[in-house]
Amino acid sequence: MARSETGVEHLLRRAGFGASQDDLKAFENTSTSGVLDYLLDYGRQADDVDSKIGDPAYASITAVGGFSPNLNIEHARQRWLFRMLHTRRPLEEKMALFWHNHFATAYTKIASIAGGAQATRMMALKAGELPGPQGQIELFRSMALGSFRDLLIAVAQDPAMLFWLDGRLNTRQRPQENFGREIMELFTFGIGHYNEFDVYAASRVFTGWNLRLVNRGNDANSYNEFVFNPNQHDTGEKTFSFPIYRNGSATIPARAAADGMQDGIDFITALATHPNTGRRLARKMWDFFVSEVVEPDEGTINDAASAYLLNGTSIASLVHYMLRSRQFQNPGNWRTRFSWPVEYVVRAVKEVGWSGFSVDSLRTPLTTMGQTLFEPPDVNGWELGTGWFTTGGMLARMNFAATLAGNQRLNLVRAIGGAGSSPASVLDVFLDRLSPAPFDSSARSELLGYLEAGGAWTGSETQLRTKAAGLARLIVGSGEYQIV
Amino acid sequence: MPVTRRDFIRGGVAAFTVSFTAPSFLSDIARAQGARTRSLVVVYLGGGNDALNTVVPYQDQFYYSRRPTIAVPAGQVLQIGTDTSGRALGLHPRLTGLQGIFNEGRLAIIQRTGYQNSSRSHFQGFDIWGTANPLNTTSTGWLARYLETVPRDALSGWATTREVPRALLSKEISVPGIPDARTYVFASPNGVAEALNERAAAQRIASHVAVDRPHLAFVNGTATGAFETLDRVASVASYAGTVVYPNNGFAIALRTVAGSISRGTGTRVYWVQTSGFDTHATQGVQGGGAYGGLMGTFGDGIAAFYNDLRNQGLLSETLILQFSEFGRRISENGSGGTDHGAAAVMMAIGGAVRGGIYGTAPSLNPDLSNPTLENNGGDVRYETDFRSVYARVLDNWLGAASMAILGGDFRAGAPPIV
Repeated sequence: MARSETGVEHLLRRAGFGASQDDLKAFENTSTSGVLDYLLDYGRQADDVDSKIGDPAYASITAVGGFSPNLNIEHARQRWLFRMLHTRRPLEEKMALFWHNHFATAYTKIASIAGGAQATRMMALKAGELPGPQGQIELFRSMALGSFRDLLIAVAQDPAMLFWLDGRLNTRQRPQENFGREIMELFTFGIGHYNEFDVYAASRVFTGWNLRLVNRGNDANSYNEFVFNPNQHDTGEKTFSFPIYRNGSATIPARAAADGMQDGIDFITALATHPNTGRRLARKMWDFFVSEVVEPDEGTINDAASAYLLNGTSIASLVHYMLRSRQFQNPGNWRTRFSWPVEYVVRAVKEVGWSGFSVDSLRTPLTTMGQTLFEPPDVNGWELGTGWFTTGGMLARMNFAATLAGNQRLNLVRAIGGAGSSPASVLDVFLDRLSPAPFDSSARSELLGYLEAGGAWTGSETQLRTKAAGLARLIVGSGEYQIV
Repeated sequence: MPVTRRDFIRGGVAAFTVSFTAPSFLSDIARAQGARTRSLVVVYLGGGNDALNTVVPYQDQFYYSRRPTIAVPAGQVLQIGTDTSGRALGLHPRLTGLQGIFNEGRLAIIQRTGYQNSSRSHFQGFDIWGTANPLNTTSTGWLARYLETVPRDALSGWATTREVPRALLSKEISVPGIPDARTYVFASPNGVAEALNERAAAQRIASHVAVDRPHLAFVNGTATGAFETLDRVASVASYAGTVVYPNNGFAIALRTVAGSISRGTGTRVYWVQTSGFDTHATQGVQGGGAYGGLMGTFGDGIAAFYNDLRNQGLLSETLILQFSEFGRRISENGSGGTDHGAAAVMMAIGGAVRGGIYGTAPSLNPDLSNPTLENNGGDVRYETDFRSVYARVLDNWLGAASMAILGGDFRAGAPPIV
């Protein structure tokens, strides 16, 4: 029996990374709204996924010389992929991914200045495992559904961001425009709502938002942390082309240096509460959760943005709005997103299997597909949607499917069990285990035809071993499987 | 809100899927004809190249006063003479290969290229250069519009990047993204014979056009594009070249392009890029540091490519056109870097190029009345509309009709580079 298109599976693909057979079993008797509550209120689920690393029941990691996900970026990547695969809180990882793309920060630039260990720490340190502030991705996890204003402030003070957009060097003598521009163009209301003079003024606002190195010298103990440096703050007033304060004033007043950090707080508050920031975030969330094919209507975006503002720049309000919306539940909008490479590989592993599979073997395929975690191409993030799908990108997906299917060949043969008597019964097993969008009848005939290509069906052990891997690669590498 | 690539495709995906599938007989015809085609290799320096440190006005006192730490010392520049306004210019010291090409008369430098109201945004700027339309960056790419006018072939364009850039986005044709020919193969979990069965099945499944699901048809179109190009690209995979290329992504991409030209795949437009030019901080002093590294990557890669083609007598069929989304501010910032500016420098290189220095250098005097600057003397004002360069390349190199492709007549004032 083919796996059916259900609301629960739709929800798990969109608000999570798809479902393994075990996941489906666990939700067997839960309603769609029950699953939605489970996903949204993830604080109630145990955050115990890291403790499963090394347990043979789960995917493995590859770490020669010890696993150090706080100091080695390849290990950090593996820990994140492991979490996506096995977490009880899939929406938390999904939101971390959303914010990673929104505040796109790349490891390599930071590593080229601060070294690989420090850069990994800034990207991924889990609080408490080593001294120093939590890494950027942990920041995204911890604030994923909180206040966007608070998240922006935390990002403006985040060591990785201060390296990435050079804020660490922003001083009053000659301000540095990189962060001041991008916080308006990309992180909040977007192009069309500011001018070049606003860029200058924004740069001056953040003068003195710098870093200090603590415990210099030893990578295990030393770290960078945010510091407001009053001596480097431009204390003059800053005037913008848009209101900063509720009374309509567009000028941040001159302040004593010691109080200068308030400039940035005022400015960020103005950006976070600007009407177009809510709309722009709502639009991004629509694409992320609801559809990349169907346009949202103006009312939907405005309503979501209002909920965001009314609840104090609440990210949770936006996410709840999208996931509870009629449009989200409408089956006409299912299968209208193009899966990101990480979404694709994690879902594929969940469905195909992970016996003896190391998440490190996702590394090269993800790079070839165009998505290396902690390495977005630029501050605008990845080209989403159709942008993932070039001939090379699609070929990389087809080839990953081949590698995974070969790796899990025995697992797949075992899944066939006693159903190996005919091509049709084998195909049914695979369409139950895997979750492509429905194949039309002609594509289905091609899959059946493949099972008998090269020789009539006998169901022999040899044939099963060959065709199980071949069929899985065809399904997981199909266009139907890429849309979620 | 800036219109993204996704919005563009969202609107165009239906039209696209009706006509994307290139009939394979056309590529067969192209190959059977065996005729070599002229090719255009577009080189993008990603992040906004600091034009003033690429082509240095080393006798302008304001160059040194406004860039006290990052200026290239006059004694280090590679002299290339003066422009028509009499300003002495020198190339960045890491561009030794380009100086050689300049001396052979095959490097054209076009100073102060850009457009009115230059965008300081990377993404909007990139889309403006890509669409050749500063007022509507949601349209198709200028190179794609050219490719729409030539016989359909799955490999008529070739982006050596994982993402296909705006300039190559079309609603009618699909340009493949192939960073490295050596990894552009169809893998299988099984043996050779079974791999052929898998490939045949995958190709047939992808060829079904799902009319009611255009986004699925789009994805399947990319699979179809892969199958149609695999074998020809495989012929390039073993290409080693006649010179040793530097070991970096940019040079490897250029070697791939040289292989494709050498093997006669028939590709007309290639896209190659190297990034890291967003030098807001510590870009380096005395011609070294980060920016020196960027110039080395650019110059050494181009020089290897040029020499490889020359050794095979292929230079006369190839035109390299380099651009970046904007130049940078004239004055350095407090971080030893430069922020986003306006006019940029373009270069054209090839066997048919009329080398030399086109356009005039700005005066860097911050006086508000200085007509070569804008933004209160902060940025360099453009002199040559970048679309006039495109027009020249389209009309005189590719034999196309620039007015139709660019949507206007930009031929006036075009530097006669080819």
